Amino acid sequence: MDWTIWLEWVLKGLILCLVLLTGFAYLTWYERRALARIQIRVGPNRAGPQGLLQPIADAVKLIFKEELTPAKVYKTIFILAPVLTVVPSLIIAAVIPLGSKFMFFGREITLYIADLNVGVLYLASIASIAVYGIVLAGWSSNNKYAMLGGIRSSAQMISYELSLGLCFVIAILLGNSMNLNEIVDAQKDMWFAVIQPAGALVFLIVTLAEVNRAPFDMPEAEQELTAGYHAEYSGMKFALFFMAEYQKMIVICMIAATLFFGGYREFWFLQGTIFSVDRFWFLGPVYLLLKVVVLLFFMIWIRATWPRIRYDRLMAFGWKVLLPLSLVLAFITATGILLAQELNNRLFFWGIPVLSIICALVAVVFIYRNLRRKSHGRV
Amino acid sequence: MAQLEEVSLEQFKHLVSERALTGETMLLNMGPQHPSTHGVLRLLLELDGEVVVNCIPDIGFLHTGVEKNMEAKTYQKAEVMTDRLDYMNTMGNNLAYVVAVEKLIDVDVPVRAQALRVILVELQRIASHLVWLGTSGLDLGAMSMFLYCFREREDILDIFELVSGQRMMTTYIRPGGLWRDVPVEFEKAVRDFLKMFPKRVDEYETLLTKNPLFIDRMVDIGYLSKEVALSFGVTGPPLRASGVNWDLRKARPYCGYEQYDFNVPVLTEGDTYARYLVRIQELRESLKIIEQAMNKLPMGPVRSENRKFVPPPRSEIGVSMEALIHHFKLWTEGFPAPKASIYSAIESPRGELGVYLEGDGGPKPMRVHMRTPSFDNLAVISQIVKGHLVADLVAILASIDIVLGDIDR
Repeated sequence: MDWTIWLEWVLKGLILCLVLLTGFAYLTWYERRALARIQIRVGPNRAGPQGLLQPIADAVKLIFKEELTPAKVYKTIFILAPVLTVVPSLIIAAVIPLGSKFMFFGREITLYIADLNVGVLYLASIASIAVYGIVLAGWSSNNKYAMLGGIRSSAQMISYELSLGLCFVIAILLGNSMNLNEIVDAQKDMWFAVIQPAGALVFLIVTLAEVNRAPFDMPEAEQELTAGYHAEYSGMKFALFFMAEYQKMIVICMIAATLFFGGYREFWFLQGTIFSVDRFWFLGPVYLLLKVVVLLFFMIWIRATWPRIRYDRLMAFGWKVLLPLSLVLAFITATGILLAQELNNRLFFWGIPVLSIICALVAVVFIYRNLRRKSHGRV
Repeated sequence: MAQLEEVSLEQFKHLVSERALTGETMLLNMGPQHPSTHGVLRLLLELDGEVVVNCIPDIGFLHTGVEKNMEAKTYQKAEVMTDRLDYMNTMGNNLAYVVAVEKLIDVDVPVRAQALRVILVELQRIASHLVWLGTSGLDLGAMSMFLYCFREREDILDIFELVSGQRMMTTYIRPGGLWRDVPVEFEKAVRDFLKMFPKRVDEYETLLTKNPLFIDRMVDIGYLSKEVALSFGVTGPPLRASGVNWDLRKARPYCGYEQYDFNVPVLTEGDTYARYLVRIQELRESLKIIEQAMNKLPMGPVRSENRKFVPPPRSEIGVSMEALIHHFKLWTEGFPAPKASIYSAIESPRGELGVYLEGDGGPKPMRVHMRTPSFDNLAVISQIVKGHLVADLVAILASIDIVLGDIDR
């Protein structure tokens, strides 16, 4: 192998890491400002213009803060846990295509690090590793609140992983490939979110649970478990958990954009215009960033408006609603594609969104009836 | 440095179940520093997984000795301490104490002062319920509710600042009337609030009342039966949510509450959702009372003319010898109260707030005791949380609406 390939990999990896780390810092700023807007506050606006230097100030504070290690913790695991949480949140981004390719001194540079032919499997497996860090942090802290947080998160992540996997299946079926680049290319004319809107919605709900965001922020439920699994962490170790959480948010939004919202591709109606990614390669990352910012805003919006769901209801929701629903959606997608191919009739293909929406509505009605029954018709 | 005493399980094993001794269930300290205990309340929880087996409230972390302190002060000066009890209901505390003092010394209060008292206390009820709504929303994770509620509460506190110069520790209601008349801006401020607030209550309701997650968290949680509520002396919204129509404003009217037309919301379900609905309806009822009181607010003095108990207005001191003497005597010595003991109660936002006063013929009370609603309402929590999850415990605690300053006097 050529040494330039190594150089390219190292450089691209470094740049991606830096982008994610900066992205994390500015996501905290974005969240705080957006939340403040919704909550009729101002938010951080002192450090720098519009408070843009606030993340840097926070980082400096956290780095120089004293780190406490309680006496009765399991030292090795206690130190390892934040690392175990942060690393998956970084490396998971390796397979996500950020753009097409461009020529650089006669060299073709692609805007992704690894072109795995089983990219979706990689995503699924790395996403599940992240839970170890949280469970081990909760266990090694030797604190009852942290322990409860750790247990909650493991149960939650395992239950929601299944629906997440099935949503991956939908995207794989529609893209006819496990390679993320090919999935993105398949969405050139039509986003998968249009063909499978219910699937995209289920995916977005599941991602909220997967990154422990409100209303599924069980493991750290501040009002119940004070801080949950990171209760005993301080200083930079705490910052690592924080970093992991926000990076996971960014990455999961990138994945959602890639699988269902056309990835780095332009909007389908912009095809062939000067706003196309095929014309200017640098538009790819821009479009992806736009989509991620919009998806992140939805996460923040939900956090600002919705109360937290209760732990046992969360499990019931995952197992009794989301899992059957995503199974049915995967089945509908597979059947629709098969029938459209075999009978060569596009009408079957368009049966997918219609049937999916009907299924989602049935699920909503089911939840509503359940709630009515539970409240004895008071609602 | 004082030696910290290690508490062994032996010392409180009579409080927990057998299973805690074998380690089958977990003992968890919730508080005194915990975001959801609304102050410095400590709950000793016995958990089976996340299910609460036993809950033992431990109070006293905010003990201030206010009741004892009041014995060392004259009747007027002791009033300042009442603000510090239930810091969410300062006007109401003043009123409860002042009504008791007035009953003891038997002075008449002008009608204008009575009407203004009603307006201020009802505003305070709204402010208190807003804090409850905001914090219970926050406890359930609906964090924006907190800030929306505090926005409106701020308007009420501005009105208090307008009339008394203080946002919270007002001491505005005095024995025999009020400290001074309300400023001219008062009417506009209250009218503005009356106009704006109903829309805001609708806003809160759209965010919570029909929210599926909220209903899921509230319905059938922390059921409090009528019998248990009565036997524990629960009062206020929790009692009314359990189907007992008991509101002192209707049952034992004071300050002329009998002139106003309002409903007492009563529900029979007795769960946290019912307690929520009762308080939301109370917000609207309080608005009705304020509006009526504003409409027929009479002109006239706001302080009794009885100079033996009520200091003369500032303007008289410069021109009248008697006024100067009265002023001097009242603020140095205080007024003597008869050797008698009385109890009077008002309906605070949290329930029956009673004041027991015992006079010994001198200017200082011999004993002051407050019957505070939070104290009795908290006692019932160990009964109603059993079998619920930790997350529900937080919701139940919020629905009881305790204020620790009210519990640890």
